[in-house]
Amino acid sequence: MLKQYETVFILTPVLSEVQMKEAVAKFRDLIVANQGEVVYEEDWGLKKLAYPIQKKTTGFYHLLGFKADPDFIAKLELQYRRDERVIRYLTFAMDKHAIAYAEKKHGPAKEAVPVKEEKPAPKPKKPAVDEDIDIEEED
Amino acid sequence: MANNNEIRFLNPPTVEVKKKKYCRFKKAGIKYIDYKDPEFLKRFLNEQGKILPRRLTGTSLKYQRKVAQAVKRARHLALLPYVTDLLK
Repeated sequence: MLKQYETVFILTPVLSEVQMKEAVAKFRDLIVANQGEVVYEEDWGLKKLAYPIQKKTTGFYHLLGFKADPDFIAKLELQYRRDERVIRYLTFAMDKHAIAYAEKKHGPAKEAVPVKEEKPAPKPKKPAVDEDIDIEEED
Repeated sequence: MANNNEIRFLNPPTVEVKKKKYCRFKKAGIKYIDYKDPEFLKRFLNEQGKILPRRLTGTSLKYQRKVAQAVKRARHLALLPYVTDLLK
């Protein structure tokens, strides 16, 4: 049973661009190697931290949205803790509202495409859901 | 006694028109509060970066819990400070 998760990690700013990409690729591969699936990805680049972490004031933020087995999370976080390049991480399971928000932001998940093709048939249902997830960021 | 109509107040009495507070999430139909947007979350913090109570913001309990969750996630990721002065 796959659940959808979102994970953000902060890499130390001492890495070069290539090393940073390599570290990101490592975690992405880790997800794929464990029967997971990366749904979306965001690179926020070098950002200033609100408070210093390990005496660093900036860090490379990277976000991965993925589907994986719940047992995999422990493995992923173990890798985060072992990896010296990661100075902070956060992983959490997404609820339906979070998934809807992410889909709106990144476009529907690739895996959801075959499901979507089925969906036009029960039409009254789908638009109702669409209204529900209408997130208006007016501010 | 005849001067009853001429009661004068030292401070002019303020006729308060109480503005009803409302939950902005319910009103706007926001279902998920994004922890990645610190600028938005700052509306729910005071100058020291503490979470404002519901009695001031008018947020409903359901969304206050989500605001708190989002603020705490943002703090963990150093998007918001844990302690500060003169936030905003």
